[in-house]
Amino acid sequence: MTTAISVSGLRKAFGRTQALDGLDLTVTTGEVHGFLGPNGAGKSTTIRVLLGLLRADGGRAELLGGDPWRDATELHRRLAYVPGDVTLWPTLSGGEVIDLLGRLRGGLDPKRRKDLLERFDLDPTKKGRTYSKGNRQKVALVAALASDVELLILDEPTSGLDPLMEEVFRDCIARERQDGRTVLLSSHVLAEVEALCDRVSIIRSGRTVESGTLAELRHLTRTSITAELGSPLSGVDTMTGVHDYSAQGNKVQFEVDTAELDAVLRKLTEFGVRSLVSQPPTLEQLFLRHYEVEA
Amino acid sequence: MNTLVGTGSLVRLVLRRERIQLPVWILAITGIVAATAASFAQLYPTVQSRVEFAASIANNPSVLALSGPAQGLDTVGGMTEWKYGAVACVLVGLMAVFTTVRHTRADEETGRHELLGAGVVGRHAKLTATLIVVFGAGVVYALLIGLALAGQGLPAAGSFAMGLGIGGSVWFFSAVTAVAVQVSSSSRAANGIGGVVIGAAYLLRAAGDSAASDGPRWLSWLSPIGWSQQMRPFADERWWVPALYVAISVVLLGVAYGLVGRRDIGAGMLPERAGRATASPALLGTLGLAWRLQRGILIGWAVGLAVMGGALGGISKSLNSILDSSPQLAEALQHIGGQQSLVDSFMAAILDIIGLAVSVYAIQAALRLRSEETTMRAEPVLAGSVARIRWAASHLLFALLGTAFLLAVAGTVTGLAVGLSQGDVGAQLPRLLGAAMVQVPAVWVLAGIATALFGLLPKLVSLAWAALVVFLLIELLGPLFQLKQWALDISPFTHLPKLPGGEFTATPLVWLVAITIALTAAGLVGFRRRDVG
Repeated sequence: MTTAISVSGLRKAFGRTQALDGLDLTVTTGEVHGFLGPNGAGKSTTIRVLLGLLRADGGRAELLGGDPWRDATELHRRLAYVPGDVTLWPTLSGGEVIDLLGRLRGGLDPKRRKDLLERFDLDPTKKGRTYSKGNRQKVALVAALASDVELLILDEPTSGLDPLMEEVFRDCIARERQDGRTVLLSSHVLAEVEALCDRVSIIRSGRTVESGTLAELRHLTRTSITAELGSPLSGVDTMTGVHDYSAQGNKVQFEVDTAELDAVLRKLTEFGVRSLVSQPPTLEQLFLRHYEVEA
Repeated sequence: MNTLVGTGSLVRLVLRRERIQLPVWILAITGIVAATAASFAQLYPTVQSRVEFAASIANNPSVLALSGPAQGLDTVGGMTEWKYGAVACVLVGLMAVFTTVRHTRADEETGRHELLGAGVVGRHAKLTATLIVVFGAGVVYALLIGLALAGQGLPAAGSFAMGLGIGGSVWFFSAVTAVAVQVSSSSRAANGIGGVVIGAAYLLRAAGDSAASDGPRWLSWLSPIGWSQQMRPFADERWWVPALYVAISVVLLGVAYGLVGRRDIGAGMLPERAGRATASPALLGTLGLAWRLQRGILIGWAVGLAVMGGALGGISKSLNSILDSSPQLAEALQHIGGQQSLVDSFMAAILDIIGLAVSVYAIQAALRLRSEETTMRAEPVLAGSVARIRWAASHLLFALLGTAFLLAVAGTVTGLAVGLSQGDVGAQLPRLLGAAMVQVPAVWVLAGIATALFGLLPKLVSLAWAALVVFLLIELLGPLFQLKQWALDISPFTHLPKLPGGEFTATPLVWLVAITIALTAAGLVGFRRRDVG
């Protein structure tokens, strides 16, 4: 298994603001990697270092086997990028921008271009200044997805897209994965990440706080349990990994660290389980736990 | 709904954003007016000396074309108005245009307007707030210039009349811009319209002022800059003339307010045409992109310079006969033109001004790099397989070759106009074309300064404009202020051979090119090493 992106201990400061403070990120070739973090966490800064637009102050960054700063022009032939906030030239039409950006990274597939324009329902003859935010986003997406590259770097690519178009986007990314492309997807749309990503990295304040497959990350969080038992429960509230325990007669409700789930369920069965609702941690909870600044 | 709700808060917002620029503009222009008056008082202390000076220019159409009508020249105030009045009107006109566009069309373009418009803000509030500030600046100009001149002991009536002419120009050009921002759909185009109106106003009065007594002198009355001179500060003032500024401004503002209600936020009056669905092969590359982005400005400048060169070249016809009879004029012209026949020195002075004007283009074209960067449009290009140097070079090509092209156009048209009016195109065309091309290295230095700032101090790129203003003042007012040679030497234009007519020396040109190369290289190396964005 080769790595498409390998970043360790990355540091970058803007004046007195430490934007990246020892960030680690590993993206394996062929995977769709979710890149998550609250606003201002350093996602875009990381991406711009990877694109060679910013020079890191310290740490190591490797992209497709090269140095993103030194080998920028060669590496950019093999990747496509969609910025989070797309600005277009006011007097150029969308079609012109798509062709231009495609050509600047070494050409695009006209068949895919046509197909994507249809699927995204984008009029390529309109001038840059007349597009809405969503349509500007589509221009950048079509330009990126229509090129034949190894790596896609997408910075919140669906912001501004309507749900229908988000669906089209998911389809496209799924197809990219089938074709063996690597995708780094920075996003706040958790459902999108859940549906698309093989692995995710969560960063906060310029540092990686969590990285792994969704299953691994879920393992680190709590499952909430609501149960009705044959007789009043005892002894569970003191078990390790049980939180927010509340009981009312034969009904109990609590959360349990997913790692301790097995032991706790064994205990419950001793009291005769009449009904049991178990909710796995949603991605939302996962992120809220990391997004919220520790008090 | 009250369409002016929120104007008060917006006025404060405009003032907050202008807290540095506006005072700098006002103090700089007022300061130069005051310094010009002080300098004239020192150079021509007696009525006798001033009368001699006046006699030397009264009948010279070329000097009248460049500065203004000869009136009140036996007073220090009259000389100040004559020398600097029209220039000041052009400068404050630029200020009025830029400031008005910045808070109206430019805000719509960036979406800032939308952010405000969604609040409790009336439809006309933004325009009104902007106009209140800019018109207020006009009032401040009128008062400060009046006080600065009267404070030096000049007659109060003339002092405030001159201030009123300059302040009135602010009102007029701001009102014109208020209409321009409704009609055009980009701030660049609105600034362009404003610039064209200023240029036309200057040329109209130049034509009117230099006309013979039976000629079309009424042309001056078509120009708001002409009004400031027809008000006759320090020469038996005509106090009804300022009413023209007020009346025309009111009409223009009526049009502007009428248009605001008829268009959507962000749109112009002209409907947007559809573009191509696919890019033509010519666009596919950094150079093609740079051409698309730069061609409008380049063509606009070429047309403007052709008109200006033709108009000023045409004036040369009436020069010869008059100049022979005026030795003082000869001396005055030689300050800027050099030791040569007077037609030549007039043309040399004109080409010098054209060189300074083309510098504006050179800086604009070079700083396009910075505006592409700050609007984040450079990012997707540089995320393609595009070396930074190649991207930067594609725009710098326009700053450098575009400059040469524009000066070639100006030289050719001026040469044709002079040649046709004197009946020897074969001789004049190559001489004036050559004289125009001599300006190229000096203009390149400004492109070099802009590039160096872009690469090394990207947040301070506007210092390139400050450099141009310094060079402009050295060129126009250096001799008047009797600056030391080292101070004159700061401007690259000082080092140019005075052509046509003067002796051609290649050494200074080689030096200027070398300086340009050094500045450009420093800028490019700096840009390759720094962060983008």
